[in-house]
Amino acid sequence: MVAQKNHKNQLIHEQLLTLAPQLLELLKGVQQVELENFAMDIGNLELFIPMGRTTDALDTVSNPNKPVKPTQLIPDHFVPHITEYPGKIREVTLGATKSNGGTRGSTITIGGSTAPAFTDFSHPLVHPPAIALDVFDMPVNLPKVLKEHVQEVMGDPAEWARMNVKKFGADIVTIHLMSTDPLIHNTSPAQAAKTVEEILQAVDVPLIIGGCGDPKKDADVFTKVAEMADGERLLLNSVTLDMVEAKTLERVATAARDHGHLVLAFTGLELNNAKELNRRLYEYIPPERIVMDLTTVALGYGLEYSFSIHERARHAALMGDTELAHPVISASTNAWAAREAWMQMAPEYGPRELRGPIWETINAITLLLAGIDIYMMMHPAAVLTLRDIINRLGTTGHVSSDRIDDWVSVRV
Amino acid sequence: MNGAHPLQEKKRKKSIKEISPIDVYKLLPKTNCGECRESNCMAFATRVVNGELTITDCPPLLTNEHHEARTELADLLAPPVRVVTIGKDDHSIAIGGKYVLQRHEFTYHNPPPVAIDVHDLMPEAELLDRVRQIEQFSYNYIGRKLVLNAIAIRSTSHDPSVFRQAVKKIAEISQYPVILCSFDPAVMEAGLSEIPASHPLMYAATRENWKSMAELSLKYHAPLAVFAPNDLSLMRSLTKTLHMSGVSDLVLDPGTFAENGLPDTISNFSLIRTQACRDHDELFGFPILGAPIAVWAGEEISEEVLKWREAITASMLLSRYADLLIMHSLDGWVLLPQLIWRFNLYTDPRKPVSVEAGVKIFGKPDRDSPVLMTTNYALTYFTVESDIKTANLDCYLVVVDTGGISVESAVAGRIFTAESIASSLKAYDIKSLVNHTTLIIPGLAARISGETEDISGWHILVGPKDSSGLLHYIREHWPPEA
Repeated sequence: MVAQKNHKNQLIHEQLLTLAPQLLELLKGVQQVELENFAMDIGNLELFIPMGRTTDALDTVSNPNKPVKPTQLIPDHFVPHITEYPGKIREVTLGATKSNGGTRGSTITIGGSTAPAFTDFSHPLVHPPAIALDVFDMPVNLPKVLKEHVQEVMGDPAEWARMNVKKFGADIVTIHLMSTDPLIHNTSPAQAAKTVEEILQAVDVPLIIGGCGDPKKDADVFTKVAEMADGERLLLNSVTLDMVEAKTLERVATAARDHGHLVLAFTGLELNNAKELNRRLYEYIPPERIVMDLTTVALGYGLEYSFSIHERARHAALMGDTELAHPVISASTNAWAAREAWMQMAPEYGPRELRGPIWETINAITLLLAGIDIYMMMHPAAVLTLRDIINRLGTTGHVSSDRIDDWVSVRV
Repeated sequence: MNGAHPLQEKKRKKSIKEISPIDVYKLLPKTNCGECRESNCMAFATRVVNGELTITDCPPLLTNEHHEARTELADLLAPPVRVVTIGKDDHSIAIGGKYVLQRHEFTYHNPPPVAIDVHDLMPEAELLDRVRQIEQFSYNYIGRKLVLNAIAIRSTSHDPSVFRQAVKKIAEISQYPVILCSFDPAVMEAGLSEIPASHPLMYAATRENWKSMAELSLKYHAPLAVFAPNDLSLMRSLTKTLHMSGVSDLVLDPGTFAENGLPDTISNFSLIRTQACRDHDELFGFPILGAPIAVWAGEEISEEVLKWREAITASMLLSRYADLLIMHSLDGWVLLPQLIWRFNLYTDPRKPVSVEAGVKIFGKPDRDSPVLMTTNYALTYFTVESDIKTANLDCYLVVVDTGGISVESAVAGRIFTAESIASSLKAYDIKSLVNHTTLIIPGLAARISGETEDISGWHILVGPKDSSGLLHYIREHWPPEA
């Protein structure tokens, strides 16, 4: 049943209402619906397929003129309202194995969602969100609580990458080529490519390649890395509208296309910009090679903007906006920008050894509910918790038979 | 409250997004009297539809003459999730009142109160100390005081007189709204009779005790929570039956299951709220109660792990439609993220992220005072502002227009650049304010300091990375050496 938002269209509406009982009859017991030879205009379209009777529950019993107090529980039942969406998030695969032209031992596929994340369990996860752990190509300032886990490998990117995979279970490794920044060490593209090569040899998971943020230098670095790692399906992090202005976008996107890589389209909490950047990219690279970064802000510093922008983007994509139907990434490491995560505070706020990791965890979990497909993370406890939650959220029906109302009388 | 207002409305109600100012205007007195301080009735109607004013802000509408219109307007504007009020009149809290499923569609109203538990077998000193801790917990966040909001009193004794004593002791020292927790109607009545006019939330009616709980709810005019663990059909039966019994101030608890039950918990909360907001399903059109405290009734593991679980469960339920939370941990690291996330989630998503660019003056700066700089991202600005005020600094703060982007992102995105700094200094004529040409830029913009010095002609000092270090920094570095 297709109901158009345009309420003037009463006629269609009425026709649909007369059809509804037959449709409902047809749909009895059906969990999935496939629409054949089906075309529609992607505009303000909402598709509702009620999976049974939607009750006007009190009709049968409520009569305000004659209040009779019930003496027995009045039976009622619940039929979930399942919404089918016309759109679908594209699937994107990171990394390539030998048979696909790369050298990775495993690949990671993300995306594929057909409904908002975890709100409708008749649409289970197509691919679980993946977790990428950060490596920097030079010693960096990190909050103390983060640093203690990586101190021994700081300055040795290959060893750091190995530790992320072996010790912390990273699905993907991100190498931030921070030293390439012209205002830091201005490391050459050739040197950066060599660092990437070392990491490709150190680990066999897919890689994300992080630049320095300079649209010209990043273009030089990404182009060089793309050539060197031909066929590896690296995710180049990131391409931006600044690259359009600096006239370097075409070069990067074309290099990614020709050498079999992916690009991460980064914009700052603005969906029109995200769509514009994607439209520019479609000129050079297939949409199945684009992941979006809509910007992750720390809890307490604007996480709500990230949350709402992701909810809006996902909803629009599922409603049929193909320019937003890309998997999304979140740098939950940005949580550490919040001073509540790293600062020493009065004792009533607890030690930062706990505040920091819970900050990153909650940052990540909040956006998980909004539909994130890949994470860039750092703290091991946050990684463990997120992985645990992802594994659980995949399936319902595991409510333990324990009496949970025990909390009322438990002595704690 | 508790009057059996008919729920059987046939016509599908307009959602808040479908209501136009005209719909509201039609029912207003249309006298343009200005008593609401708006220029005319149409302007008032527009602000009502935007959620900025309510119909009680129109004095003429409150007169008998407009009684009918007022009722009609109240129906038109009623949210699909009812508002339920807990607590004594001047200390009461409102929960629910949600108009939309997703925050960006309108705005979430009534931030979920966080209640912390006590129980009736606690030694008196411990009980009183815990109540004091609940009332005193606070955090100053961008100029707002974030606090806990209610006390959940649990009966672990199962003894009416013990419960009554605990309720009495708490009522003597605290005005906080209270949730009385027991499934035994005799225990519940003992508690209610001690605070007969305080409208505590009763927790909870179940399949077994609903009849007695309904009677108590009516007798004491107390809102009633409905507990139907992981059984939404039972939930509907109970809300329907309770409503038929005359109880309409209900709060729904479909059960908070941590760990393996977490997905079902999220699913139940989401299904209830989706059906209420999208279908105007009135049996589900009530506030939802989340009980992260339930993690404490599970397996016996280390306290730290349980607190971690409670923190995670609470934050997920805040994002997924809980209108009230009952928690056990009083630890700052567990509560801080909840209180901050609650504050953030309930801000108006239509408000801009930025503040006005320009020069802000703090304290009484003179011509030798420091000139600081930041961006116009609201949260960056408010953080810097609060730190300058805490440190009692006399200074100028140049707020550069970065389109509402934070320092770090604006530097990376080439918005906060040597050029934009130089042109801001010029545009706001900073030279006319002070006798020096030294500018302190944020530590996160360190990499552009050299360029900025070249382009602006100002001497650049790189300030702390976080503005909490400003006081210390100024003490060490100001006035700059010649």
